Amino acid sequence: MLTKRIIPCLDIKEGRTVKGTNFIDLRDAGDPVELGALYAEQGADELVFLDITATVDNRKTLVNLVREVARHVNIPFTVGGGISSIEDVSALLNAGADKVSINSSAVRRPQLVDELAMQFGSQCIIVAIDTRFVGGKNWVHTHGGRKITEIQTLAWAKEVESRGAGEILLTSMDADGTKAGFANELTSQISLQSSIPIIASGGAGTMEHFYEVFTEGKADAGLAASIFHFKEIEIIELKKYLANKGIPMRIY
Amino acid sequence: MEIAIIKYNAGNVQSVMYAMDRIGVKYTWTDDEKVIESADKVIFPGVGEASTAMAYLREKGLDQLIPKLQQPVLATCIGMQLLCRDSEENNTTCMGVFDVSVKRFISPDLKIPHVGWNSIQAYGENPLMEGLKNDEYVYFVHSFYAPINPYTSAACAYVQPFSAMMQKDNFYAAQFHAEISGLVGQKIIQNFLAL
Repeated sequence: MLTKRIIPCLDIKEGRTVKGTNFIDLRDAGDPVELGALYAEQGADELVFLDITATVDNRKTLVNLVREVARHVNIPFTVGGGISSIEDVSALLNAGADKVSINSSAVRRPQLVDELAMQFGSQCIIVAIDTRFVGGKNWVHTHGGRKITEIQTLAWAKEVESRGAGEILLTSMDADGTKAGFANELTSQISLQSSIPIIASGGAGTMEHFYEVFTEGKADAGLAASIFHFKEIEIIELKKYLANKGIPMRIY
Repeated sequence: MEIAIIKYNAGNVQSVMYAMDRIGVKYTWTDDEKVIESADKVIFPGVGEASTAMAYLREKGLDQLIPKLQQPVLATCIGMQLLCRDSEENNTTCMGVFDVSVKRFISPDLKIPHVGWNSIQAYGENPLMEGLKNDEYVYFVHSFYAPINPYTSAACAYVQPFSAMMQKDNFYAAQFHAEISGLVGQKIIQNFLAL
């Protein structure tokens, strides 16, 4: 049976793992290669590395980091942050990344999703959507959640799917950093109207929150960062807990 | 032992090479017919689209070479589909080692592609699953599948049962990505290398 996936996210700044609350106030949580390999050993189903300070200068650092991660990690991993061209994707996939995640660049030029899917296949193209509830509606945000757009979240999810996205990484900026639970209502709304997998992100604080996002939220995967980095929740314990509650999990 | 990894225009072959590094074996990444022919083991990996991949293999003459190889060959993901007779993916004629047509998943409720960890069950003799239990999890990412057929050596179910692994003579094939399937995937690759 296809399992639900537990995905630790490692936010990367200058080659180190960081995680802040509501994307500000960053704290150092260690070496990404070591942390990634540890998570793989502990039963993580995939990893996501997000370069949160993506600049041209940092590109080489990121590619080198991806190469090191790929050498040491035996599960799939995704790289995101500042990706805006076929060349960027090509460099990351060639270094050993299994998938890439694009966000602001897709909003700026939606055709990029088509081009990447055509060139590399939908299976390795994740579109990350940062969303916030403003004035009674959910709006897509860009630039790490700092800029609002005029695009509604559900419409954008449908559009990127039709353009060839393989998965959607949905981050609720309202829930992110609160540890009060995932945005289950929005996640479920998008998941039910999508035929591609939805990775839910933002708000995980307890094991129960993951149970809720897989049941009420209808998510295909649950992503979190700080609760794993600071060992508030051990991945293996989380997976046992979910399996006991009837959620299909890969446990070995 | 000489291991050749077939070089063609399929994405993300790097993961396969790193998996070989972790196991600690040397390999050559090549499209040179002589090197491929003389290797002890051949790996035919890949992620990508069938018609583009076949066009490249034809241009290099590899579509003629691969089906005639005598040594153990391990084909994964699109590599496995290209060893079938044809594929619904852009109506592509493939190499025909396995007399099977690759089909597109169609489901009103399940998400396509089939992405993530799913369990597999061995059928008949499957030397690549030696030392592994049934219902072990491996990582899949695909929209097209080979139906259950006489060559099926492991099955998985998504939408309906399909071939997770196939075997015919010296040809071994896996739909999933053994190279990123944790320790289970590593064991499958090691079993292939030990053939």
